[in-house]
Amino acid sequence: MNDILKKKLKLKVSAINNGTVIDHIPSENLFKVISILGLQKVKSQITFGANFESEKLGSKAIIKLSDVFFEDDEINKISLIARNAKLNIIRDYEVVEKRVVVVPDEIIGIVKCFNPKCITNNEDITTHFNVISKNPLDLKCKYCEKITHEDQMLIK
Amino acid sequence: MEKKDLISITDYSKDDYLRILELAADFEANPNQRLLEGKVVASLFFEPSTRTRLSFETAINRLGGRIIGFSDAGSSSVSKGETLHDTIRMVSNYVDLIVMRHPLEGSARYAAEVADVPVINAGDGANQHPTQTLLDLFSIQKTQGRLDNINIFMIGDLKYGRTVHSLLMAMSQFENPIFNFIAPDELAMPEEYKLFLKEKGIRFFEHTEINENINHADIIYMTRVQKERFMDPIEYEKVKNVYILRNSMLDNTRPNVRILHPLPRINEIHTDVDTNEKAYYFTQALNGVFVRQAIIAHILNLK
Repeated sequence: MNDILKKKLKLKVSAINNGTVIDHIPSENLFKVISILGLQKVKSQITFGANFESEKLGSKAIIKLSDVFFEDDEINKISLIARNAKLNIIRDYEVVEKRVVVVPDEIIGIVKCFNPKCITNNEDITTHFNVISKNPLDLKCKYCEKITHEDQMLIK
Repeated sequence: MEKKDLISITDYSKDDYLRILELAADFEANPNQRLLEGKVVASLFFEPSTRTRLSFETAINRLGGRIIGFSDAGSSSVSKGETLHDTIRMVSNYVDLIVMRHPLEGSARYAAEVADVPVINAGDGANQHPTQTLLDLFSIQKTQGRLDNINIFMIGDLKYGRTVHSLLMAMSQFENPIFNFIAPDELAMPEEYKLFLKEKGIRFFEHTEINENINHADIIYMTRVQKERFMDPIEYEKVKNVYILRNSMLDNTRPNVRILHPLPRINEIHTDVDTNEKAYYFTQALNGVFVRQAIIAHILNLK
């Protein structure tokens, strides 16, 4: 690929001055990521795109947030649905830091307990899981003590 | 001081178990001790469970406490659509302790979070029933004189039976237990529990029928094989009579062996066993009152 084409492709998503770029989000989970991070409430400039070609994922999405920076706790919430997401922290148009997301030891909210008889599926209660295995993901409900496996996971 | 609850048997340590069993022995020797005088206990049974409720209410009465509550959700504000959260918040203002039975799993843990007073889980759906486990431990200790080196046979529905799972977790805290599981393939002990035993280096054996193996048992813990657990009714018909304990099977068992059952029994223990001195299930139910007195005393620091 020649340099001009590369540059054109890069320009599909405009560069930001200061902020965070979240890359390598599976395209189908873009809107879930937006919702989990509460980006609908962000007032600064946000650019996002989906269905970019990706060698790793086949199809990836990307989010560029001006003047938004995340704490680890906050960004790790998306690890359940964007396992390979990478963060580029931008200052003055330069990438100053790269970060990956990590599955936390506890997950509060986000995931539904798979057990229909669990109290959390019958009353308005925030779910709470202990992560007992990270790969594949196994989440133990703090309330009903049943284990929700990765293939049973539903995002709230 | 942080309040003590009893939600899941694994919340308690071996020291807690031993403390409660010691108190239970004391209440057995002297059941009427008015330690709850002037206190009010809520007995909230969102689903009926006659045996557990009467056992708790007897325990509270013998301790001189007063009881408020209901014996099924139909006679409570739940029938008007009140949430568990609001019911517990309200009741928690009135009483010193809540005893709760609820059909949904995890309801007891949630209630304990919402309540300002201690909560005792008297059964949350198929999840936990820790007071049953403590009375099982008390029955084993009383009949065997020890909790270490017990060879325990668990028979029947080992897949869905919460009592056997909790008892397994509790017994694994003691020295050198041996577990024997006898169940049809459909109702075998779940992998997670077998893995737990392996990791702890505890011996266990699996069998698919009751045979002379039980001659080595110290404790035979029977459970009900329920028809509704089978996907295929023909499978149930095939196994329903395989897991029935009969008096003749006990001829060569150890003299110290005792047969436990959480009750109610349907047909899994033949009535001809009832008169055998090795049958212990009715006394086991009586032990429930002393153990529940002990749990209340432990949680409220009454002794």
